[in-house]
Formats: sequence, C-alpha cells, structure tokens
Amino acid sequence: MSRDPIERLAGWGRLFFPGRERCPEDLREVSKGAHLTRGLGRSYGDSSVPADGGEALGSRRADRFLSLDQQRGRLVAEAGLSLRTMNRVLLPQGWFTPVTPGTQDVTLGGMVAADVHGKNHHVAGSFGRHVRELLLRVGNGDLVRCSREQERDLFLATLGGMGLTGHILEVTVDLEKVASGWIERESVGTANLEESIQALLELGERWPYTVGWIDCLISGAARGRGVIEGGAWCAAEAAPTRVPAQKAVREVPFVAPNFLINPLSLGLYNRFRYRRHGRRRRVERVPYEEFFYPLDAIGNWSRLYGRRGLTQYQCVLPRAAGREAVGRFLDRVRELGGTPYLVVLKDFGEQGEGLLSFPQPGFTLAVDFAVGAKTPGLVAALDDFVLALEGRIYLAKEAFTAPERFRAMEGQRLDRFLGVCRQWDPDRRLGSRQWRRLIGGGPRAADPADR
Amino acid sequence: MRVAFLGATRGMGRSLARLLAERGDELLLWGRDLQDLERSAADLATRAGRAEPFPVLALDLSAPDHFSETVAATIARLGGLDLVVITAAAFGTQEDLEEDPERARRLLEVNFANTVYLCELVRPQLLESRGTLCVFSSVAGDRGRKPVGLYGASKAGLSHYLESLDHRYHSAGLTVVCVKPGFVRTAMTEGLPEPPFSGEPETVARDVLRAIERGKPMLYTPSIWGWVMLVIRHLPRFVMRRVGF
Repeated sequence: MSRDPIERLAGWGRLFFPGRERCPEDLREVSKGAHLTRGLGRSYGDSSVPADGGEALGSRRADRFLSLDQQRGRLVAEAGLSLRTMNRVLLPQGWFTPVTPGTQDVTLGGMVAADVHGKNHHVAGSFGRHVRELLLRVGNGDLVRCSREQERDLFLATLGGMGLTGHILEVTVDLEKVASGWIERESVGTANLEESIQALLELGERWPYTVGWIDCLISGAARGRGVIEGGAWCAAEAAPTRVPAQKAVREVPFVAPNFLINPLSLGLYNRFRYRRHGRRRRVERVPYEEFFYPLDAIGNWSRLYGRRGLTQYQCVLPRAAGREAVGRFLDRVRELGGTPYLVVLKDFGEQGEGLLSFPQPGFTLAVDFAVGAKTPGLVAALDDFVLALEGRIYLAKEAFTAPERFRAMEGQRLDRFLGVCRQWDPDRRLGSRQWRRLIGGGPRAADPADR
Repeated sequence: MRVAFLGATRGMGRSLARLLAERGDELLLWGRDLQDLERSAADLATRAGRAEPFPVLALDLSAPDHFSETVAATIARLGGLDLVVITAAAFGTQEDLEEDPERARRLLEVNFANTVYLCELVRPQLLESRGTLCVFSSVAGDRGRKPVGLYGASKAGLSHYLESLDHRYHSAGLTVVCVKPGFVRTAMTEGLPEPPFSGEPETVARDVLRAIERGKPMLYTPSIWGWVMLVIRHLPRFVMRRVGF
C-alpha cells in the first residue's frame, strides 16, 4: 500500500493517481455501493486504483480465518487475509497455499482476482484451480455465493477477473499438505538461453516447483545465461521439525534517486549474481521464504527505482510459438532499448478456468523496467510481438498497454467476461482505473489529473 | 490461562486476542453481535491450532443488567478466570457528543459506570485465582483537553478506578494493567486527523501482552506516548486554553 498526504494511490510500481483508501473491518457491509476493493496493492499498475479518483476499499482489516478442515485442508477465510499470515499460522499446522506468487504480501482476495500463478504452474495450475467457493458483493449490491456448481459463470469470471465482477469477501480454497517448512532446492548455472530453457524443462520433470532467472543485459553467445532452479518440500525426516521463523523485513527507508537503477548497476548486479552461483549444479535445503519470496526480505523494494516508478512486462508466449520465440522476445527488448535487469522465465502448464485467467501453455517472461518517456512505445512494440504469436499479457502487471491491443489479445474471452459483468452489474458500478483505461466506461467521469 | 475477553472482534482488541490465542490461552469472547463474535472465535481457534472454535457469550456494555449472569456463566464454562481483558468502549468526537447530550450520557455510562461495574463483578474471581485485570483506558483521560473532553472524562474516571484497584489489591495478588493507548490506526480512528506518533494495533498488542506478562500496572503504548503525555500533563493552564489538542 502506498498512500501520501494529498490522497494519491499507487500499485507496487509506484505510479501515483488520485484516490484514497479506507480499510474497514466489516467489508461485507461497507462494500455495498463501493466501486473497488483493493488488497495490499501489489499489482504493479493501476488495477487497484479507483477509476474516479475517489475511494477504494482496502480489504486488509477483513482478515479473519473462518474455518479450517484439518482432514481435507479446506480453508474458508475473509478475503483480506494476507498470505504472510497464512504461512506463519498454517505452515506449523502442515498446510500451505496450493499456489503462491513470488511475494507473500498479497491477500487471498488478490490471489483470486489476479488468478496468481507460481513456480508449480506446470503441475498445479493457477490459484483458481484450487478455489472452491467465493462470497461476492456484486455490483447490483447483492451478496452472491458462487462456485463451479452454483453461479458458475460468475465464479469463473471472478478467477482472474481483477475484482471487477464483485467485491471478493470470502474465499474457500483447498490447501496443500506439506511435511516441513523447508525446501530441497536444486539449482543449475547455465551458459546461454538454450541451456536455460533446456534446464527449466528438465528440472520440471523432476520437481514440482521450477523457475529461471536469466541475464538479458549480456549480449552475444552468453545471452540468456542464468540460474535455473527446481524445488520440493522436504520430507519430515529430512528437515528440522520446526518451521523456520519468518524473517524480519528490512524497509527501503526512502525513495532512491532515479540513477540508482541503470544498465551499468544492473549489469554488475547480474554478473555478481551469476558468478556467485557459478556454472554448477547445487542441491541444498533452504527455508521456504528464501525459496518462494527472496525479494520480500527487502520491504518496499520498488522504491529503489526512484520517483519515476517501475513497471513489469509479463507475457506468455504460447507453446505453438516454439522455444525460439523466447530468444526473439529478448532480442526485441534489446532492440527497443529496454534495459531489463532480471528476466524471470517459467513454463506454464494448462490454461486456467478463469475467463480472463492469464496463464496458457507456453513460456512466460517477466521483465522489470524503470518507467520513462519511452515506456509506452516499448510496451506497444512488445504487445505487437506478443499479439503476433497469439500470446497475452498479465493484467496484474500491466500499466501501459493500449486498449485496442488488449482487445485484440483477449478477443472472445473478453466479450464473455463483459457479458458476465453486465449481468451482475448492469449499471457498471464496479471499476478500476486500469479497467477504464482498457475498456472504457465504469463509475463516473474521468479524472482531470491523468498521467 | 483462562481468559474472558470483551472487544476481541475489532481493532486493538482483535490484535491482542490473536496474540493470546497464539500463545495457547483458553479464551472466551464477550460481545454484542454473536454472529461477528463467532467469526472471531473461529479466527482465533485457527490461529491457536484448535479444531473447535472458542466459546462466546453475549455481553453488551450498555446493558449492565445482564452482566452478572454472563460472568457466572463464563466462570462455569472456563472453570475459573485468570485474565479478564476489556478493550471495548464507546467513542465520539467532542462535537458529536456536545450536540447530542443523550449520546454523551450513554458514552459516560458505558465507558465508566458499566465498565467499572463489570470489573467489580470479576474482581472476586480474579483475586481468588491471583489473576490479572487488563482494561483499555486512554491517554485522553490524562488531561482535560479540548477535542476529547467528555470521552476523556470517562477514561479519566476509569484510569482512576484502575489505579485505586491496583493500590488496594496488589498485595492480595490481583494484577491490574491499565492500558493507555495513544493514537492508533484502526478502523475506528480512520478518517480522523492523524497526529504524530501514531501507532499500529499490532504494536499495541505486543506491548500490552508484555505488560500482562510482567504485571505492569500502567502502560502507555506506543511507548513514545508516555513522554508525550508527560509533557502534556505539565503544560500550564494558559497554554492548554490556547492550543487545539
């Protein structure tokens, strides 16, 4: 969450827009008539920023566990419950979220709204696959329980629906039984992109969790070298009985100057990171936080990007496009003068059920950029590249995509989604700034203070 | 520890109850809204790793006629009492209360007379178990201040009572903890102008738990408010007449 005295709100990328946040404990009541709920503000762009510059409801005080079936691991909780708290409370009881994003500072409601994916996407799919039921306050003011059996369309539209089908109030999800709080991790240093992709797929056959970090500042033969890792929960007898305590978070105390993150500093960082691991295969046992949430150790790390803010471009390139598409994408980024620091590479498994769910079989790439004058052009060119391969982008990261490109990517999926929205919210009461930008309409008129 | 808790559904009370549940206490929740209480009881039970939710009993601070039967039922249910925590209270801005004297009367009743009455009802049981009574008062009761005259008066009376209780029964084994939170960011204070040194409910809860464990009779939290109030208590009258706080 970012808030400042003149009432501006931002997502994780620190692009600020007019708006304010109110965090009630009785979200169920207060959501009546409200336009947008936001969780912990971890989406990068303006997904969690109100369309009209008015008030967004923060869900983080609606954070109670409501029940946990210790046999089946079925959890019911209020949507503002954070993953950090879930991990702290439930891991010692042997339960873990079936799918985790790369940060634990998200809410359950946010995980549903973005239909988050994780390192186990190739085997477990996205979060929505494990959600059993939702309680929503839909746009017409009604409380609606939906699931695969009941109001199915609404349920499926809500998985990955960016909170625009209704205020997500309660989530029922099936947790995964785990034997310890430790992960056995195998990591491989690779020499180039081809090796990286090969290692990712190979590790994916043996490990439920895999991901690759590749260096894209380096050019030539070593382009795409990196560290690829796989992991699995340690068996009880192979790990300490105590779940490792959560690490204290160190905050970045102030917004860094813009020049801190530049091609030189990033290049040095990448080299350091790569050299530290080296070209070898390592197997070790690490605490779950170190494996899943390495960046959470530094709170507010997006402040390192300075006042200009940060955006992340994350897309999926469908399997049909082939492996070479990954290399061509990285070349395109370089041609366009983007300075990607770490690029995250991951192979996706099955398409999610959510009507607007992001993942589809293929490779996903996530690249961070400092925001500048060139950013919209860069994003447009990358969108064109993705469009040509029939891929798509991740709304939770999006901030600069043009409406026509978004429509072209989503096509029929979008029409179906909008049909469900119309059914439950005929007067278009719900909306976010992102939605107004991409689809138009939504609550009240545009604010004059647009970027 | 066997704990009866009034105010566990909201704000600082919610945070404190979570710490008590996580350290393994046997809780019983009091409150007005049984449905909401049950949701909090389930939350606390999950945090404690218990299969069954904690028990709840209806208790409305504005309906003192029912206090004694609720207290009796609580003692019967828990088989005694080691700790009673009261964080619930009514709040209103000075402007609102001056405009509506009836509301002011109810607030004074709830925050002072009824809260003290409840404390008196649990006192014998806590004396018997050499237990602890932890009640949330407020820094607003430390000095007569412009924006919190009526609310502050109710809390001043409460602090006074708790202090005397400590003096009178400390040697008999009763521990009294009077908590004086400064400005804390909760749903209740949201939208009020935020003074410097504002705190988070989780910080307050940690401080209070430590005070309960150590039997500290009076606690300012976040701790900086001890110094702030030291200054405010010593400001001369002509200053207090001028300033806005």
